[in-house]
Amino acid sequence: MVASRAIGSLSRFPVLRILRSRGYICRSFTGSSALLARSHINYGVKGDVAVVRINSPNSKVNTLTKELHLEFVEVMNEIWASDQIRSAVLISSKPGCFVAGADINMLAACKTPQEVVQISQEAQRTFEKLEKSTKPVVAAISGSCLGGGLELAISCQYRIATKDRKTVLGTPEVLLGLLPGAGGTQRLPKMVGVPAAFDMILTGRNIRADRAKKMGLVDQLVEPLGPGLKPAEERTIEYLEEVAVSFAKGLADKTISPKRDKGLMEKLTAYALTIPFVRQQIYKKVEEKVRKQTKGLYPAPLKIIDVVKTGIEQGTDAGYLSESQKFGELAMTKESKALMGLYHGQVLCKKNKFGVPQKEVKNLAILGAGLMGAGIAQVSVDKGLKTILKDATLPGLGRGQQQVFKGLNDKVKKKALTSFERDAIFSNLTGQLDYQGFEKADMVIEAVFEDLSLKHRVLKEVEAVIPDHCVFASNTSALPISEIAAVSKRPEKVIGMHYFSPVDKMQLLEIITTQKTSKDTTASAVAIGLKQGKVIIVVKDGPGFYTTRCLAPMMSEVIRILQEEVDPKKLDSLTTSFGFPVGAATLVDEVGVDVAKHVAEDLGKAFGERFGGGSLELLTQMVSKGFLGRKSGKGFYIYQEGVKSKNLNSDMDSILASLKMPPKSEVSSDEDIQYRLVTRFVNEAVMCLQEGILATPAEGDIGAVFGLGFPPCLGGWSCRLGRSSPVLELCCCLLQQSPVSPLRAFPLRGSLWCSEGCGPAQEVRGCLWKSVHPVPAAH
Amino acid sequence: MTTILTYSFKNLPSTSKWALRFSLRPLSCSSQLRAAPAVQTKSKKTLAKPNIRNIVVVDGVRTPFLLSGTSYKDLMPHDLARAALTGLLHRTNVPKEVVDYIIFGTVIQEVKTSNVAREAALGAGFSDKTPAHTVTMACISANQAMTTGVGLLTSGQCDVIVAGGVELMSDVPIRHSRKMRKMMLDLNKAKTLGQRLSLLSKFRLNFLSPELPAVAEFSTSETMGHSADRLAAAFAVSRLEQDEYALRSHSLAKKAQDEGLLSDVVPFSVPGKDTITKDNGIRPSSLEQMAKLKPAFIKPYGTVTAANSSFLTDGASAMLIMAEEKALAMGYKPKAYLRDFMYVSQDPKDQLLLGPTYATPKVLEKAGLTMNDIDAFEFHEAFSGQILANFKAMDSDWFAQNHMGRKTK
Repeated sequence: MVASRAIGSLSRFPVLRILRSRGYICRSFTGSSALLARSHINYGVKGDVAVVRINSPNSKVNTLTKELHLEFVEVMNEIWASDQIRSAVLISSKPGCFVAGADINMLAACKTPQEVVQISQEAQRTFEKLEKSTKPVVAAISGSCLGGGLELAISCQYRIATKDRKTVLGTPEVLLGLLPGAGGTQRLPKMVGVPAAFDMILTGRNIRADRAKKMGLVDQLVEPLGPGLKPAEERTIEYLEEVAVSFAKGLADKTISPKRDKGLMEKLTAYALTIPFVRQQIYKKVEEKVRKQTKGLYPAPLKIIDVVKTGIEQGTDAGYLSESQKFGELAMTKESKALMGLYHGQVLCKKNKFGVPQKEVKNLAILGAGLMGAGIAQVSVDKGLKTILKDATLPGLGRGQQQVFKGLNDKVKKKALTSFERDAIFSNLTGQLDYQGFEKADMVIEAVFEDLSLKHRVLKEVEAVIPDHCVFASNTSALPISEIAAVSKRPEKVIGMHYFSPVDKMQLLEIITTQKTSKDTTASAVAIGLKQGKVIIVVKDGPGFYTTRCLAPMMSEVIRILQEEVDPKKLDSLTTSFGFPVGAATLVDEVGVDVAKHVAEDLGKAFGERFGGGSLELLTQMVSKGFLGRKSGKGFYIYQEGVKSKNLNSDMDSILASLKMPPKSEVSSDEDIQYRLVTRFVNEAVMCLQEGILATPAEGDIGAVFGLGFPPCLGGWSCRLGRSSPVLELCCCLLQQSPVSPLRAFPLRGSLWCSEGCGPAQEVRGCLWKSVHPVPAAH
Repeated sequence: MTTILTYSFKNLPSTSKWALRFSLRPLSCSSQLRAAPAVQTKSKKTLAKPNIRNIVVVDGVRTPFLLSGTSYKDLMPHDLARAALTGLLHRTNVPKEVVDYIIFGTVIQEVKTSNVAREAALGAGFSDKTPAHTVTMACISANQAMTTGVGLLTSGQCDVIVAGGVELMSDVPIRHSRKMRKMMLDLNKAKTLGQRLSLLSKFRLNFLSPELPAVAEFSTSETMGHSADRLAAAFAVSRLEQDEYALRSHSLAKKAQDEGLLSDVVPFSVPGKDTITKDNGIRPSSLEQMAKLKPAFIKPYGTVTAANSSFLTDGASAMLIMAEEKALAMGYKPKAYLRDFMYVSQDPKDQLLLGPTYATPKVLEKAGLTMNDIDAFEFHEAFSGQILANFKAMDSDWFAQNHMGRKTK
């Protein structure tokens, strides 16, 4: 790949030189001489078409930086001034990326909203000039065309995109707590219609090229080519350029019209939107939906609606002004900074810090075809890994295979796969009941029931059949890996890989290393996790590792709160309105009450009273009645196939009543309850950091957000990137005052990750802990 | 496709999916590719393999090949196949009872005559004791029929084989939707009126939407023309090059037709209509005319057009192949030896139509020949852009090294 790219750039070089020398003649007329100094953008002239190539130096992707912007303005001015040039093509020299968006660091470096507003306004002006260009400009899009990149493309007169999987268009700004700040909020509604524009800007979803064509976001598609006399990727870009040049010529000659034929539905929608009443209704509906989904935790979506509305109702000038102002405001919000922090953390956790493993894993074996095992199998086979799925029983195996098939088939329904691809992928999976073929396995991931003796038995059986280099990974949520590895003949090859359910949806993978785990084993596990598309944190071994350990005390508090007769629905709404994606009671049901009980017992033993608070008896009784959560159809709620709305399980009333505890009114306001939950989580997370379970706070945040649904708007619990974390500050204050001995363990006063000042939080929640958890008698 | 080495013989055309162009250097369709070089310079002795019987082509015939939807449009495939078989009998005078086996290739199967070889053979008056089967391998189906025959002959199973191919693109099996079929089948099994009514109550209007036979590759959902256009683009074959090559093919075919060289054609009398004596798809045009056509597959900027592609064809062919000693014993003077063949297949997405590139060097090496030994190559392909792309690929060291695992082209 690298080699072919190198060849590609070499072979293109002479062409460029020729083009440059031609360009030179024309420059001598225009009197510009800046060309040679340009590092981001170059252009050559083919006939009367200027081909502008974007190529950010030293990076895999093109990002809109100040330098790139300056060079772009220069280049366009030259093109507009040249008599020889009648049209232009805008294309990237990087395979797989047109322009991936604006440079986040550029925005992060801004100290005041005014600086951000200025960046936005400059881009708006440039793109507006581009939009009004009398010489047609064709954007030739191959690879990601996101954020500012899309805004650039839609300012051009025509767009041609490669129809491949890598080519996606979208405005992901909202995911960073921002809005499209370079005219996107103004142009998109005109281009794709108001409803579609809202959908794009508010969800930030990626749109594939063929869909973009249907929406009117691009005008033509170019099919990716196979290998010819050059590597496929290189030739495809060349071809895209050739096609774009021919369209640019056609546009300049007026043989091709940039106007698109709209379908009947589109015309009707467009007509309906000319009626002010209809527009008002749409704004209202969208706003309602946004309020419901964001629960007021994220400011960006509402501002987006506002900006789009301003543009439509008051004209483009007002729209641009509003866009840049709001963009500036948003860039300064703590939500935006939190989301950007998460973005950086995620990028970090998508890298393998442990180097390249000695042996690439090609054959994977998974033990246990349960929910987790089959989920792991699904994310492995679709990346081309030959995977054995072994279970002890035929019905268990069959269920697992069905799960994998269903997962793949759902992708077919969403048109992300063809049915043929599904079948080809599915044949990477071998279901079996014995250990046949394990002698070729490069890695075995066991996902059998959480029982130490069972895991020991399985480990011994597997070690008898696998080759020496094979890694043994245990997917457990709480059993310490070193205890599992205790019976291993080769503990350096044993590692923990804690997946989250449902495996195909949850991005996080927590990898657990013991003192004996070798670096190469870790590298191998990380490599396979990355291949499976996971965001990875690597933590040290210990009871509950990091994620489960943080969740456990919070769950204890959940039980306590339920015992205080807070309705599970109320509890759920309190947790979701704090920013958790799933309510606390629902979470217990989803995880499984038996699993929660198991974990609570184990960790309770390991950590003692710090994990107390709620009565385990609640879970015990639920298990004995068979209320295991979603999997058994009943938990706190009742689950029925095909029924979406959840009803409370009325049989729980007697259990809850029997374990009732009186609430303390001074710590039972809605906000109190939210913070009671969160502080217990954060306390444990900080302990993990202090004890070295976590290597970095960044991994702690990523684990909390991607694995446990810690509110993304808070960016995690730690302080990172030189900023203080509001959550940690508050929790810190609360806990510093706690006289309760187990909680006094909270360690970080004045240390590296905690900012010193406690600020207003102190007054807000005074002595929360003192009152809710009286000092245990023993202390 | 197969590459078949023959000794000085005129191409025996096979029908194929998208119809063919026949004539001396025709373009015809092949899907999985192959090439048919003819050998003249080496003596047959040097190509004969020890301990393997020599296989010879006694003769071959075909019906005129017509554009789909023209004179043959009311026929069924076995009508055409039967005509080819009777034509062959007439041409060779071979006694029906010596024919050991009959094999036909076809791409889109008529469901009523799924073993079209057998139906045609019975109709043509072959013995009902002569077994027949039908093979399919996309565009190369008829060649597959021939090489299957070669296998039966070399292994000594048979001495005399008739192999052929048939395609009737004028009529293709269009089916009821799966839901409708299911309902109809269930209705068959329903025993009571109540059951029937309850089944019928599930009927929905969309059950009536028909299911067309796929003209696309099943694995990639891409039609061959689309694939050819992408292939031409991958190898940077220009529209002009394609048009020129197509014009050449048509002109040469016309010349052959005019000079009466297409001696394999046997007239076909369409019941109730005229007798057809000539192919009707040979239509040399001018480059100016061809340049006016719009792209047929990748619109609006592709390069493959109706003028530089094969047409959809109706037609059938049959040939008589024998073990050499049998042919000589029966007093025939064989037209060609069938020496070797090679099937290849590649990535169905990006290299679907690159078969000749892969098969040609392999079959030459297998037979111990080099390019210099060959006077004339004959490639049957459906799109001029495709064959030109293959030429470029065969001419490229880069492609040979990076995709074919060869040191040089």
